[in-house]
Amino acid sequence: MTETRIERHHYDVVVIGAGGAGLRAAIEARLAGKKTAIISKSLFGKAHTVMAEGGAAAAMGNVNSRDNWQVHFRDTMRGGKFLNNFRMAELHAKESPQRIWELETYGALFDRTKDGKISQRNFGGHEYPRLAHVGDRTGLELIRTLQQKIVSLQQEDKRDHGDYEARIKVFSETTITELLLDGDRVAGAFGYFRESGDFVLFEAPAVVLATGGVGRSYKVTSNSWEYTGDGHALALRAGATLINMEFLQFHPTGMVWPPSVKGILVTESVRGDGGVLKNSEGTRFMFDYVPDVFRKQYADNEDEADRWYKDPDNNRRPPELLPRDEVARAINSEVKAGRGTPAGGVFLDIASRLPAEEIRRRLPSMYHQFKELADVDITKEPMEVGPTCHYVMGGVEVDPDSGAAYGTVRGLFAAGEVSGGMHGSNRLGGNSLSDLLVFGKRAGGHAASYADQLTSRPAVSVAAVEAAVETALAPLQRDTGESPYVLQQDLQAVMGDLVGIIRREGELVDALRRLAELRERVAKVSAAGGRRYNPGWHLALDLRNMLVVSECTAKAALERQESRGGHTREDHPAMDPKWRRVNLVCALDGDTVRLTRKPLPKMRSELISLFDRGELAKYLTDEELAEFDALTEEER
Amino acid sequence: MGTDNTQAAGKPGAKRPFRIWRGDENGGELRDYTVEVNEGEVVLDVIHRLQATDAPDLACRWNCKAGKCGSCSMEINGKPRLSCMTRMSTFEEGETVTVTPLRTFPVIRDLVTDVSFNYEKARETPAFAPPADVAPGDYRMQQVDVERSQEFRKCIECFLCQNVCHVIRDHEENKQAFSGPRFFIRAAELDMHPLDAKTDRKEYAQSEMGLGFCNITKCCTEVCPEHIKITDNGIIPMKERVVDRRYDPLVWLGSKIFRRGQVPQTSVTSGHSSGAVTASGAHGGAHSHAGGSHDTAAERQAQQGVNWHREVPHPTAPAVDVNGKLPLTELTFDRAAAPSPFGDDVTFPLPPEHLNFAHPQQDEPKH
Repeated sequence: MTETRIERHHYDVVVIGAGGAGLRAAIEARLAGKKTAIISKSLFGKAHTVMAEGGAAAAMGNVNSRDNWQVHFRDTMRGGKFLNNFRMAELHAKESPQRIWELETYGALFDRTKDGKISQRNFGGHEYPRLAHVGDRTGLELIRTLQQKIVSLQQEDKRDHGDYEARIKVFSETTITELLLDGDRVAGAFGYFRESGDFVLFEAPAVVLATGGVGRSYKVTSNSWEYTGDGHALALRAGATLINMEFLQFHPTGMVWPPSVKGILVTESVRGDGGVLKNSEGTRFMFDYVPDVFRKQYADNEDEADRWYKDPDNNRRPPELLPRDEVARAINSEVKAGRGTPAGGVFLDIASRLPAEEIRRRLPSMYHQFKELADVDITKEPMEVGPTCHYVMGGVEVDPDSGAAYGTVRGLFAAGEVSGGMHGSNRLGGNSLSDLLVFGKRAGGHAASYADQLTSRPAVSVAAVEAAVETALAPLQRDTGESPYVLQQDLQAVMGDLVGIIRREGELVDALRRLAELRERVAKVSAAGGRRYNPGWHLALDLRNMLVVSECTAKAALERQESRGGHTREDHPAMDPKWRRVNLVCALDGDTVRLTRKPLPKMRSELISLFDRGELAKYLTDEELAEFDALTEEER
Repeated sequence: MGTDNTQAAGKPGAKRPFRIWRGDENGGELRDYTVEVNEGEVVLDVIHRLQATDAPDLACRWNCKAGKCGSCSMEINGKPRLSCMTRMSTFEEGETVTVTPLRTFPVIRDLVTDVSFNYEKARETPAFAPPADVAPGDYRMQQVDVERSQEFRKCIECFLCQNVCHVIRDHEENKQAFSGPRFFIRAAELDMHPLDAKTDRKEYAQSEMGLGFCNITKCCTEVCPEHIKITDNGIIPMKERVVDRRYDPLVWLGSKIFRRGQVPQTSVTSGHSSGAVTASGAHGGAHSHAGGSHDTAAERQAQQGVNWHREVPHPTAPAVDVNGKLPLTELTFDRAAAPSPFGDDVTFPLPPEHLNFAHPQQDEPKH
């Protein structure tokens, strides 16, 4: 081990992740005067945030002046089926307008209203038009703006100190494999440069995790290769806890074929404009899946359904337009019954329903997306679609105000998709971009003040570094193990088939057994080639993160015996108010994931009073409702 | 369980020939592979399949796989492209697809190049200067005014424009003084920003970013996957106004009297239909990317066939005029636009025997 060269750096705050949350956190830490490092798994500015299309939700009231933070708060809690950490939802609703306006001072150019303000668009689950946007590339605008703000800070430092990197530096294409502790305090982070394969050690008292999600553990996902749950796993290994890991957002219609577009979303408006779902036998199967509660609103025959598009007042809606989870469940059942397409989806057919000209006019971006990316002409052939993994609601359990991780570790913060609680069991579209900004800023600021108030700097132990080196090199030194690509495929199959959108007890038990087998195989993985830019080696190191996070998801999914938001149990199809009071918390006990139940924090009275009783009755237990009644009584 | 979609679905894939450059800064070679290709796949899918089978350590950058992040830039059959946006169906059955790294930047390994040049230039480009007297939340701009800058903000930083720009492609010596198309549109974007408080973006681009080196061959526009009109909407307006402001005392006076943005537009357009028909460069004839040097002998040699071990032609001084700038051909060229961006002598797809890749720095290994 002694001959291994390790580059050392000293920073006050190290931010792991260079997406929206990470960059915003870094800006805040730097503005607080801390020497800050940004660790980016890819090149600077390529983070997954660029994929966000819709916009950033903030109750600015530019389009409808009745919008305010209370309405936004209500929408967020509703969307998350009341499982959200109420304090996070409150802070998010209150602070997102300032965070968006701040971006304009960094140079962002959002689309405008007629009177020159930031334009806001409607989106599912938001009562008023609320999403600040730039066409369908809002995520790119956000990441570029933050990236350019960092550059402007560096230019300031160059003026004042003669060095661009005097106080904030981006380490691009760098992966952190281990957090290092001094007792219960964070002391640093260890990783490697992808480019050279050389190791690097950051000594820092405060670390902000902003590593995004876990989607690469799924066969069909809209997420990029970076989404391997690194932050989730680093937090677990450092003694922090994860919550809500059973909640994953799947979109019912992601492309499954051709492979070049696998996972990419097909907007719901394809179905709204007449697209129908068919199985491999050519049957329009959705009529078989209309639940009793929806019979009144949804047609039971094709003729009536087809008339709806022209005459919605006198006909019932086509069943293709059932809520997302119903559609996803139906697709899932057809595929499992052997009536799916060869790629494991169903057909979404718009070609036979509308003239080509009409399709191009109504769905221009879909038409171009498929033409350009996949050479599929949706005016001529059906699309192959299936549920695609999109976002993980669960993540590091944090203090809502500071973003500090709970558990046994100090000096660790988390923001963005890697943190949990904000979105409850289901995230509203548009809330993730504002989440990044609000909690990115908070985590960065609190990490800076944590570093400030420390009286002594935690020290990195040599033994811990040596252990980290050994773990990192192990896959290269073995030549008998399996290929990391095969293992990843197998992991994705387990998660996609058994812990996917619709879950059953038997399958979850089976999944846990298979994951245990995979754990043994992953422990012996071997990577061919050397240390320089070796993707096989990188994947081999990511695998153990993906595995432990998958175990959390599977365990929590097995434990929660109800269906809510991003967790659907076929054997427990209803939402259960008793389960709403429970968060499932994962911690690491040696090597194994330990699951505990923890009561949800109770909403403050002025916040719960924002809802009417009729709505609360759908979510709360009788006991909680009685409390609510007593509260309203008092006020009267 | 564990069924492989790619095998289960669709028609069984045909085996197709690929040549991929493998190596590092010390040199390398084109290596032949035969890979299964399925219907509907793009070049990046094939590279991923290679990684999962024959070449687990094949280095390549990628992220979103949807043309949105600009990570997977490479040269495919000699043309700079995003590999996630290059469909296999655009090639003939049986045609060998040759994949090489971006040529303008130093190779790290295989298809991965060191693009830090771009990040350095980004850092040298002055940032947005917020107006001093407008509070956050009080910014007011009209859609029509922001749209001009928004076009440039579509940029995904794939750096294909930088890669193809012949001012720095094979001209290492120009890199220091030249920021490249990506940063010209960054300057243009800020110049057109309705509230940017810095008023000398154009002059800065001219004096510090090397805007004058650009002789508007439009290569950058041609390769832009976002279809940004880099030259027409970004570079040319910057150049024209620089010329206006520098030489037109009225405009100069106006810029002192009027607030910025209210300066009456002068009517210099890019459509120069008259003017002497001169070649686009002093080195004579259409410019070419085929050989990558203005040394005609080396150029001829390069075109004779693929020679991956050839001596890299040593850079010659750029063909500059008496002011030390490359000629501004838009003022003198016979057409409104430029000649073919890849040179009038080059057609696509390039025949494989004309493909070559030799890194400019290959003979000066990195420490």
